[in-house]
Amino acid sequence: MEKGKGVLGAGRRWAVDFSDNSTAPSSRDIPDPPGFTRASVDQDDSAVSRQKKDAEANWKAQKAWEVAQAPFKNLLMMGFMMWMAGSTVHLFSIVFEPYKDNKVELLGPKLLFIALNLGGLALGVWKLNTLGLLPTHASDWVSSLSPAQEVEYSGGGIPL
Amino acid sequence: MAIRSFFLFILFFSSSLSPVFSLYEDQVGLMDWHQQYIGKVKQAVFSSQRAGRKRVVVSTEENVIASLDLRHGEIFWRHLLGADDVIDGIDIGLGKYVITLSSGGSILRSWNLPDGQMVWESSLQGPKHSKSFLLVPTNLKFDKDNVLVVFSNGRLHAISCIDGEVLWKKDFEAESFEVQQVIQPPGSDLIYVVGFAASYQFEMYQINAKNGELLKHESASFSSGFSGEVSLVSTETVVALDSTGSILLTISFQDGKISSQQTPISNLVEESLGPAVIIPSSVSGIFAIKTDAVTVFIRVIGEGKLEVVEKTTHEIAVSDALSISEDQEAFALIQHASSEIHLTVKLAHDWDGNLLKESVKMDRQRGLVHKVFINNYIRTDRSYGFRVLIVMEDHSLLLLQQGEIVWSREDGLASIIDVTTSELPVERNGVSVAKVEHNLFEWLKGHMLKLKGTLMLASPEDMAAIQSMRLKSSEKSKMTRDHNGFRKLLIVLTRAGKLFALHTGDGRIVWSHLLRSLHKSEACQSPIGLNLYQWQVPHHHAMDENPSVLVVSRCGPSSDAPGVLSFVDTYTGKELSSLSLDHAVVQVIPLPYTDSTEQRLHLLINADKHAHLYPKTSEALSIFKREFLNIYWYSVEDQNGIIKGHALKCKCTGEVADEFCFDTRDLWSVVFPSESEKIVATVTRKLNEVVHTQAKVVADQDVMYKYISRNLLFVATVAPKGSGEIGSVTPEESWLVAYLIDTVTGRILHRVTHHGLQGPVHAVFSENWVVYHYFNLRAHRYEMSVIEIYDQSRADNKDVWKLVLGKHNLTSPISLFSRPEVITKSQSYFFTHSLKAIAVTSTAKGITSKQLLLGTIGDQVLALDKRFLDPRRTVNPTQAEKEEGIIPLTDSLPIIPQSYVTHALRVEGLRGIITVPAKLESTTLVFAHGVDLFFTQLAPSRTYDSLTEDFSYALLLITIVALVAAIFVTWRLSERKELQEKWSFYSAFASQSTFSSLFLCDN
Repeated sequence: MEKGKGVLGAGRRWAVDFSDNSTAPSSRDIPDPPGFTRASVDQDDSAVSRQKKDAEANWKAQKAWEVAQAPFKNLLMMGFMMWMAGSTVHLFSIVFEPYKDNKVELLGPKLLFIALNLGGLALGVWKLNTLGLLPTHASDWVSSLSPAQEVEYSGGGIPL
Repeated sequence: MAIRSFFLFILFFSSSLSPVFSLYEDQVGLMDWHQQYIGKVKQAVFSSQRAGRKRVVVSTEENVIASLDLRHGEIFWRHLLGADDVIDGIDIGLGKYVITLSSGGSILRSWNLPDGQMVWESSLQGPKHSKSFLLVPTNLKFDKDNVLVVFSNGRLHAISCIDGEVLWKKDFEAESFEVQQVIQPPGSDLIYVVGFAASYQFEMYQINAKNGELLKHESASFSSGFSGEVSLVSTETVVALDSTGSILLTISFQDGKISSQQTPISNLVEESLGPAVIIPSSVSGIFAIKTDAVTVFIRVIGEGKLEVVEKTTHEIAVSDALSISEDQEAFALIQHASSEIHLTVKLAHDWDGNLLKESVKMDRQRGLVHKVFINNYIRTDRSYGFRVLIVMEDHSLLLLQQGEIVWSREDGLASIIDVTTSELPVERNGVSVAKVEHNLFEWLKGHMLKLKGTLMLASPEDMAAIQSMRLKSSEKSKMTRDHNGFRKLLIVLTRAGKLFALHTGDGRIVWSHLLRSLHKSEACQSPIGLNLYQWQVPHHHAMDENPSVLVVSRCGPSSDAPGVLSFVDTYTGKELSSLSLDHAVVQVIPLPYTDSTEQRLHLLINADKHAHLYPKTSEALSIFKREFLNIYWYSVEDQNGIIKGHALKCKCTGEVADEFCFDTRDLWSVVFPSESEKIVATVTRKLNEVVHTQAKVVADQDVMYKYISRNLLFVATVAPKGSGEIGSVTPEESWLVAYLIDTVTGRILHRVTHHGLQGPVHAVFSENWVVYHYFNLRAHRYEMSVIEIYDQSRADNKDVWKLVLGKHNLTSPISLFSRPEVITKSQSYFFTHSLKAIAVTSTAKGITSKQLLLGTIGDQVLALDKRFLDPRRTVNPTQAEKEEGIIPLTDSLPIIPQSYVTHALRVEGLRGIITVPAKLESTTLVFAHGVDLFFTQLAPSRTYDSLTEDFSYALLLITIVALVAAIFVTWRLSERKELQEKWSFYSAFASQSTFSSLFLCDN
């Protein structure tokens, strides 16, 4: 944002223009501050921008693969933790941020991600099963089975 | 870090859930209450001590000797003698020893009056059984030692008052001699023993009190014979009635000569009275005779002349004589008027003059005056004042002084026959009985104190105030239903025929009602209360209908005496109605059906095995007819050793058509061989017990199906030889057989013989298990056994999918006529105590694990986890079994001192333990009764469904605040970090792009 630049009418002493004129060539006379980039502005600089875009796409793809592979490390970690923890229950958190771009092929990473997570899930289910937390036995379904009613009724005892 | 905090979290919770069986000191009295009683007073002796607190020593029908504070009626000390150690007489010797004669005159004991310590005990034997008398002559001295004169078991003893040594004894061995009176005329060294021989001869023995020498023996025969008791009218004259009860015999034995005079009662009283009885009294010169309608007081004027002084149709009670000066004797007389009693104190020789005449308002629910004891005191103006102790029909004890009731004790509660419970009224707007906190200041003060207590700033006085506030919490004694179901009414029936409602919160008497139907009447001479049943428990109309109980009683001790039913409203204590039945009541069977007003159907069986249906309404009849074929009953004839099963047949074929009466027919019978087995115990499951599940999950996810039946009867028989006392037989000739019998079909499902065992057997039946307690003669120890019964025919229901989809028939109704396939598991364990009672906890849904409640011989209640009595315990349980909670096998059951339910208290004379489920699943209410009453709440698996009282709300609050603060701090931190990350990311990207653009520019 550039302040106090465009003084408009003569009647006014000062005014601030909030419209971003940074893309306008007229504003190029003032140098950009260090660290500020005008990447999106220079769309039409063909070679430079293409190379830049390629670099960016590569970088994104690389990142996406990294993120996709992250659960693999988690998986090892999880396995180790399961082995360490014995029979206590843990919570696993998985963070995945999609890196979406129409030029980047994300199907592969996605599939790998899903497969690895499914693997993790399977491992979890297997662990739960070994812990006896899955209702796979008859005993898990009869524990609140009320007693059967009897048709006959009998009372009595020692005379009063 | 996360893992560590997680473990800390777990640790925190597990520590807060660690076993808390026992109470903390300051929790005593929060949920429990204890009341001490003594029973109906038989005899009272006033202590004549001048100094110190005034006290009265009493003996009661519950075999209690107690010293009571005369000012407040509190117990100074109390001793409960054994059930077969009946007290025959008490007195005070030397002003500081309480002398008691008990066990039919064979045990004489002396107790220290101030503290109740026993000083000595002597055993008195004699040639034959007889009446027993205890005399404490004040002036009979023997080497500075006071002498007690005791006649018991046909022998006269003189006993030293100081050490209980027998100084001399004299036998009265004449076969037919029946002692009637033992007299020691004050101021002489003589003892007269008078009695009857062969029922028509009057015998008089004159004995030297110094050495027991027989001085004279005279006898005179009366052809008309004697009946009843004799009354002593002077030291040398007695009055007796002849065998027809119509002629009075005045017998005097002055100077060892017997002279007599006969006076027909008709000479004294004009109208004919019918047979009379003499009311024994010790007032000199006066005696009373009583017929059905009238009581007549007669004075003896010299030489056997008789004179009627008063005739009354009112109920009357007379005290013994109280000597107030050298030659003056006073006595008290109590007469009933409608709602008052009139107390008169007269001098023995002056009937017409009254020393005192007072009227006292008396609650009608106390009934008649049964006994009067008089005592005098000297007023400030040096005149005599009198106080009387009266025993009422409901067994209560009252002290009257100056026309007022100074104190009263509800000692009827010492002899409870039966207990049931009732809900309290539902809280309605504006009807709440509870008091609101007095004012804001009080309320604030209370909370300030509590806060101080929490912050540990309270001084000892503050702590005491907090404790008393906790104990007096109005919350627990409200007269309305509470959410957790802790507040209920305990309805108790006492031997006196009085019904009490006790509040479970603080044990106070909400109402009491002396049942009219249990009152002596023309039709019903000696009514006896038998049992209590819940008659009507409204759930649908809980707001506008009151629950009621059914009291079943009987006119007379024999089993064929006609029965009486009364229906009592449990909110108000009003007797709604009463029915005098024309048939006896031998059994009462509450049926599992209720009519539209939620009255429970009851089947009453009479002595001829006819079944009568109550309530007698057409609706009840139609419900009953619908279930007619499914109703059975069984009778246990423990004398003959037979158990019989019966079914209902048709309408009674009596002379009067009664559509509510049904004939029955015998279906089956189990006959125990009388030479080898005798029934000692039978027990069934409680009718209202709720079982949560029929399955029991055992180790490795296996399922066992419990055999749960309402119609199972546990019977224990012992060898007839071994039914006596423990140790009276050798192990070889004694055994115990336990049976599980189906009472519908008569099928014996299980039978086990234990050799070398002896009774008494105490048993309790719950769900699918029975626990019984007995004595092992070989091991010389008590033992407890458990039998668990499982249904094998259901065992193959293991298909998960069927169970998931509900395609099984495990919960469909079953008939007991289908052959059950059962297996039993049993195990025995040694147990240290002998028992008086045994019960099991019961909860609302039956989910909570069970505890056995054992009434020990020390009159305490001990809770024992059912897990200890698991038949599947093994020496080395596998890992899976350990996880299931199976305790390694030990040969004896542990007694954990902290698990005494009664903590430091004792329920003297413990007779029964009753458990009632609260609405809160984890909690059960326990009521133990004997001479004392005790009530508490128990949580067998601890209160898992509510926060305990000592839960630290402060800690919870602090934790929440800390967590909220932590959330804010970390949120701020994460925001900052995120911003920084963004900055670094973009700056890195920007620097990369500027580098590349510079490079391109150079090109």
